Amino acid sequence: MATTAGPGTPGGRPRAQILRLTKMERVVVSMQDPDQGVRIRSQRLLITVIPHAVTGSDIVEWLAQKFCVSEEEALHLGDLLAQHGYIYPLRGPHSLGLRPDETPYRFQTPYFWTSTLWPAAELDYGTIYLTKKNIRNEGALVDHEKEHYDQLHKKINHMWDLVVMQAQEQLRAAKQRRKGDRLVTARQEHTYWLVNRPPPGAPNVLEQGPERSSYTASRVQMSSDFYKQEIEFSRKALGRTRVKSSICLEGYLKFSNQHSPHDHIMSGCLPSNPWITDDDTYWVMNAPMVAVPTKLRVERWGFSFRELLDDPVGRAHFMDFLQKEFSVENLSFWEACEELRFGGQAQVPDLVDAVYQQFLAPSAACWVNIDSRTMERTLEGLPQSHCYVLDDAQLHIYMLMKKDSYPRFLKSDMYKGLLAEAVIPLETKRRVFSFMRKPRHSSPSPALLPTSGEPPATSSAAGGKGED
Amino acid sequence: MCDQTFLVNVFGSCDKCFKQRALRPVFKKSQQLNYCSICAEIMATDGLHESETLAALRSEAEGLKGKLEEERAKLHDVELHQVAERVEALGQFVMKTRRTLKGHGNKVLCMDWCRDKRRIVSSSQDGKVIVWDSFTTNKEHAVTMPCTWVMACAYAPSGCAIACGGLDNKCSVYPLTFDKNENMAAKKRSVAMHTNYLSACSFTNSDMQILTASGDGTCALWDVESGQLLQSFHGHGADVLCLDLAPSETGNTFVSGGCDKKAMVWDMRSGQCVQAFETHESDINSVRYYPSGDAFASGSDDATCRLYDLRADREVAIYSKESIIFGASSVDFSLSGRLLFAGYNDYTINVWDVLKGARASILFGHENRVSTLRVSPDGTAFCSGSWDHTLRVWA
Repeated sequence: MATTAGPGTPGGRPRAQILRLTKMERVVVSMQDPDQGVRIRSQRLLITVIPHAVTGSDIVEWLAQKFCVSEEEALHLGDLLAQHGYIYPLRGPHSLGLRPDETPYRFQTPYFWTSTLWPAAELDYGTIYLTKKNIRNEGALVDHEKEHYDQLHKKINHMWDLVVMQAQEQLRAAKQRRKGDRLVTARQEHTYWLVNRPPPGAPNVLEQGPERSSYTASRVQMSSDFYKQEIEFSRKALGRTRVKSSICLEGYLKFSNQHSPHDHIMSGCLPSNPWITDDDTYWVMNAPMVAVPTKLRVERWGFSFRELLDDPVGRAHFMDFLQKEFSVENLSFWEACEELRFGGQAQVPDLVDAVYQQFLAPSAACWVNIDSRTMERTLEGLPQSHCYVLDDAQLHIYMLMKKDSYPRFLKSDMYKGLLAEAVIPLETKRRVFSFMRKPRHSSPSPALLPTSGEPPATSSAAGGKGED
Repeated sequence: MCDQTFLVNVFGSCDKCFKQRALRPVFKKSQQLNYCSICAEIMATDGLHESETLAALRSEAEGLKGKLEEERAKLHDVELHQVAERVEALGQFVMKTRRTLKGHGNKVLCMDWCRDKRRIVSSSQDGKVIVWDSFTTNKEHAVTMPCTWVMACAYAPSGCAIACGGLDNKCSVYPLTFDKNENMAAKKRSVAMHTNYLSACSFTNSDMQILTASGDGTCALWDVESGQLLQSFHGHGADVLCLDLAPSETGNTFVSGGCDKKAMVWDMRSGQCVQAFETHESDINSVRYYPSGDAFASGSDDATCRLYDLRADREVAIYSKESIIFGASSVDFSLSGRLLFAGYNDYTINVWDVLKGARASILFGHENRVSTLRVSPDGTAFCSGSWDHTLRVWA
């Protein structure tokens, strides 16, 4: 059939495609297993009998049973197999896809499997295939096929006689076969071309994203540098401390348990999930700087120090608490360090200077209590003026707050009071009648506001609303 | 020395000793040189030494890798699903498409949420980048990039800018403006420059720093204002396809996944790779940290998603099913980390019970492969983008 050379190398198709085609073929092969496969019947089409046919519904049932999935999923999988040309219908309109009814299907011959990378050459498609169709049945060519046909006629005009001859030859040979075989072969070929030359508008299952460089081609595997790097990496990794799996995995259980009431997809949302009811009250009640936070929100501050700091309302209350404890400079210092770490390069020298003046200099207004070794190291590093220069000091102060001030905050009357005052929203009942649907409120874009609704993750050393 | 027959093609000056001799072509690091027979012999014996050392290095490297696996296995005293037996089974939950965003004329490749929990930015194959208020489904901004296949886009933490890039090998930042007189494209700022396509980008904790991943095998940290390269991360053996910043409290690491089947954890400050995991059987398309920061999940073309624990330094779970044949293109956790949402190339979204390892649900709806998936910042919904030109918000 194909006048060109044999199957191309597997490297011709992208890796991802080969992977799934191979897996699909495994499924298709097991579907044809004489004992365990799909129920085979002979299909009668008028007076011809086609052996080894299966019905769409049998395919779906088999897939559902074999993979223990729902019929919907089995149909989806079967449909994908058909879209890739592994199954084709014997009757009715010939399109790629699976109908879960009595429609008879057959398994594509491996010769035409999508993974067998016959270079689907123009010659084969335009010439042999389309010419045959044309000869067999004047006017059988669909629009896009006709277009192709004419284009190719122009392109290889000089070879046209040869092409027509080949087409006629193949048709003559085909006529000598039984009607049943002819029908099947025609359908097999047609399926192949539907997959490899989808009509315009039809989905192309072979479509790929941008090329990814081949794993073997893109690097010099055999260089000694590569192995030296691997060796060094492995040595370092061997030296690291690991934690027992049981401890790590317990951690997930604890975390999931603690956070599950806050997981709105799992545990619902009060007053209601805006996406479901079109009511944005939930967002209004949980705005970044709301006056009275919800109970769930205040509870979260107790989960970890990070959760407290991440919430602007939580952080503000913690700042108040620290003021009472006369250690507010710790939080201000930490915030200044965050600003340095994530800020623009151009601001680094000035920021470092400002931080030094305000927090680290002996006469600083808000002097922070860092241990002498860290202080020494930090002061030495300051002239280097890069954004990580305060990392050590920041970590020290963070740990100080986390181990000392934070636990006291959680035990404080202030926090207990916040918990007591916190709101528990009432559940909004689902609207029964959809024509009474609530209009969806728009909200001002953060890009419009002079200062964003949520204070930036960092605020300037002075503690004001920093925004350049 | 074995018998060798060679043709004398050239007579001339040897590239090594410069004497006039009969020359043979030799290959050094895939470059062709012409050596005389004496220099060629010397090179052959050098090569012999080199290949001996190479073989020795290779066996040492492999030996160490084996030892590393042994060490990791020693502390693996229990499987996740065993520990999870005590956990309550998930109840039946129903998720449906609550919003469908239509407006892209071509495949949607990437999306990101704004911190305001309702706006999103999405990018597509035809170069269009759109900012939507997905609650009302209104389009608020649109910009056309000068390149196709915009595979990466990100919303700035302040909500005032977006970043995007793709086949142009760059990452550009666009400040968002509502001023009718201003053309958004005019204020565009090119920040990152790679030598191959941009596959992923993310702002760090502020609008001023951006982390990028590229098909050139590297990741990089950039200063947005000046476009200065702050740090680069080398180590992947092939294209880097995805990255995610760690939510840890001392937040200085991120994880990346690539075509070399490796997931690597990097220290942002030093540029060093601190941990690497290589258990996938094909390209890693997506990586996402578990909410506590102690682990991360990955989705790959090998049709599996896997969970890697950073403290145990190993893979702790595989999420796969025989009926799932197509690769996973993007993954994200629900707020509590109990659910893992994964979008696949077979047009479906599978919801996994992270602790028990079983699939909780399958979501149909998209008509072509799901290319991107992110849970909203407050965990009330998640958004998926697909090659069928639409985005869907599910809740």
